Amino acid sequence: MPFQPVKFYQTGTFTVGNRLLAPHERSVQSNMRRTNSLNSGHRACQGCGEALGARYAIDAAMDATGKRLIAANATGCLEVFSTPYPETSWQIPWIHSLFGNAAAVATGIAAALRVKGRSDTRVIAQGGDGGTTDIGFGCLSGMFERNDDVLYVCYDNEAYMNTGVQRSSATPPAARTATTAAVGAEPGNVFGQGKDLPRIAMAHGIPYVATATVAELRDLEAKVRRAMEIRGARYIHVFVPCPLGWGHASEDTIRISRLAKETGLFPVFEAEHFGYMDVLELRPAPDGVHELIGIRERGGWRRFDFVISEQFATSDELADILSRVCNVGGIWVRDFGGCLAILFPPGSEEDPTEAIGAACAACP
Amino acid sequence: MLKQIEGSRAVAAAVALCRPEVICAYPISPQTHIVEALGEAVKAGELPHCEFINVESEFAAMSVAIGASAAGARAYTATASQGLLFMAEAVYNASGLGLPIVMTVANRAIGAPINIWNDHTDAMSQRDCGWIQLFAETNQEALDLHIQAFRLGEELSLPVMVCMDGFILTHAYERVDLPAQAQVDAWLPPFEPRQVLDPAEPVSIGAMVGPEAFMEVRYLAHAKQMRALELIPAWAEEFRGAFGRDTGGLTHTYRTEDAEVIVVALGSVLGTIKDTVDAMRESGAKIGVLGITCFRPWPAAAVRAALAGARRVVVLEKSLAVGLGGIVSSNVRTSYPGAPDSVHTVIAGLGGRAITREALARVFAEALAGALAPLTFLDLDRTMVERALAREREQRRSGPIAENILRDLGTVASRAG
Repeated sequence: MPFQPVKFYQTGTFTVGNRLLAPHERSVQSNMRRTNSLNSGHRACQGCGEALGARYAIDAAMDATGKRLIAANATGCLEVFSTPYPETSWQIPWIHSLFGNAAAVATGIAAALRVKGRSDTRVIAQGGDGGTTDIGFGCLSGMFERNDDVLYVCYDNEAYMNTGVQRSSATPPAARTATTAAVGAEPGNVFGQGKDLPRIAMAHGIPYVATATVAELRDLEAKVRRAMEIRGARYIHVFVPCPLGWGHASEDTIRISRLAKETGLFPVFEAEHFGYMDVLELRPAPDGVHELIGIRERGGWRRFDFVISEQFATSDELADILSRVCNVGGIWVRDFGGCLAILFPPGSEEDPTEAIGAACAACP
Repeated sequence: MLKQIEGSRAVAAAVALCRPEVICAYPISPQTHIVEALGEAVKAGELPHCEFINVESEFAAMSVAIGASAAGARAYTATASQGLLFMAEAVYNASGLGLPIVMTVANRAIGAPINIWNDHTDAMSQRDCGWIQLFAETNQEALDLHIQAFRLGEELSLPVMVCMDGFILTHAYERVDLPAQAQVDAWLPPFEPRQVLDPAEPVSIGAMVGPEAFMEVRYLAHAKQMRALELIPAWAEEFRGAFGRDTGGLTHTYRTEDAEVIVVALGSVLGTIKDTVDAMRESGAKIGVLGITCFRPWPAAAVRAALAGARRVVVLEKSLAVGLGGIVSSNVRTSYPGAPDSVHTVIAGLGGRAITREALARVFAEALAGALAPLTFLDLDRTMVERALAREREQRRSGPIAENILRDLGTVASRAG
């Protein structure tokens, strides 16, 4: 399990004080001989989650590959703030081609390395959520499907920040962006849209998919290291808050990342060959307990969100309830962290709360 | 070695002889047979040092080629029509990054209405993208131009587009002379770019360039193309020495010695034009032909020299600048020493419409008689367009052009459902 929460009770904070760890447990970033792949002097905003994530991810990849690494970068903040001509912050071979083709450019680089017998040099592609989940999605899916030997890292700040905070397919419901204004009866981004790219990546059957946040940088490093031990298409989706776009204080980037993970807004997990290896627990309900989070209505459909215990999730009682849901034309979805969503179609008066409550009460 | 093979197969064989290292393939007619043949060659082990990648779009094809070329591999792809438009952003990027990718464009019309047949609209839409654009007249020339294209592109760090007429050349079985591997190896040195993506020597490629240097970068792209104007004829000469064939170069003249009218064209239609001119010469007409092999860079001096003695110029082109007229003729006018209105535009063969000797002889005779209109659409069905125009005059919101014509013709498809 790569995720190892190191408790530093001395300070009461989550700061990773490497000097308290054995040398082999210390982070790449604590090593004096780290690459500084994305070197200082670039023009990212104060508190930029993407700059932090990229620095840790690429340094970890450099460490894992013996400094034999080439990166392809999509257009976006990371590209713009790191390479204002005639300067560059990159201490590694790096190419920027277009917004939507980083994955394909990386495929080309990997092919060139293979044909030249230099497959010991590895390839990373990286981009923001817009360049990954929207405009670069075709090339990304193609790279996944061919299982090309590329690690793609998406730095997800949930909108097009470089162009001035517009909605992407990674923008969460109700979020205010320049194209989902916080006005009207249902302010911000609409509910029920968006892509879950990590799980779309898994559906391609690629050997490695993981998510991480910039709050758990040891975890991010460990996942990059694990990804580099595997050949084929790999995907890491990193949650990176954006002070400019989100309107939060620069010093809150890490705190917000941690909260996003802990509340389940951003599920952190690791999966190899379809199977989840490690899911960071979010808010699991105690055995035999359920909790109704809320009821929402949209287009006549009513949606009930529960947090349920793992014990109840696998019980026959729940299976019975869910089959009754289907019988009346409803839909149910199991999600991370014990989340269960049940949806009933327009015209239905069903309410599963009582049935689930009774079933949980009956659980041994 | 002489072979009677399909044009696509001839091009695939030529590309294989150039020892490509990464080939990206995405199917689009009429280019598909080229990459099919190359895929087969790689699978059969005939190209042991080559990666053949089936990509998910033309945009990806060019992007994979960009990555491969930037990492120091000789990269090739082929496309046509909608595919060229779909990859357009990456096409500009490849030339901006100075990556010597070679791409065959099997020229085809662009929709809507969708049309798979030949014209030059696809290549012409990318004429200012910074690539060198060469147009083949025959399958032999298509084959030879690919061998020249790799060397030219790699010498100048510029991508090269070899254009060949879709179906007319790609699907025609003709005799071609395939050079031996040793001949090509002797002529085409290995690809050794000055700057590659290499951990031993890290570089950043594709930085953001602001107003302080962007003009200079664009100027240098232009200067590079001007340099190609010197290299292309010199290497055509060298090619003739090595392969014994007169292929490539900037332009080719045919019976222009005392010509009063010179017909300018690109690609395979030059064959029909030359046959027509031969017949007219027999009856004493003073007419000749200027074939343009290199459309970008524009060979201004060669065109000017070739047209210097002509009283009138007829530019026969398989593309249309909608709202203006001719694309090639607009270029020719910049290099014709006479009056600009002596350069006539004849739009012909759009969407695969046959260009017949009879129709050509008619417009050439009109040009010789000084009666040719500034802009002519060869073999246009006047009745059909007049009927559509009449309706549009009477009715607002007249709707899609092709569907209305089908309705006029009584075709039921436009009323389906």
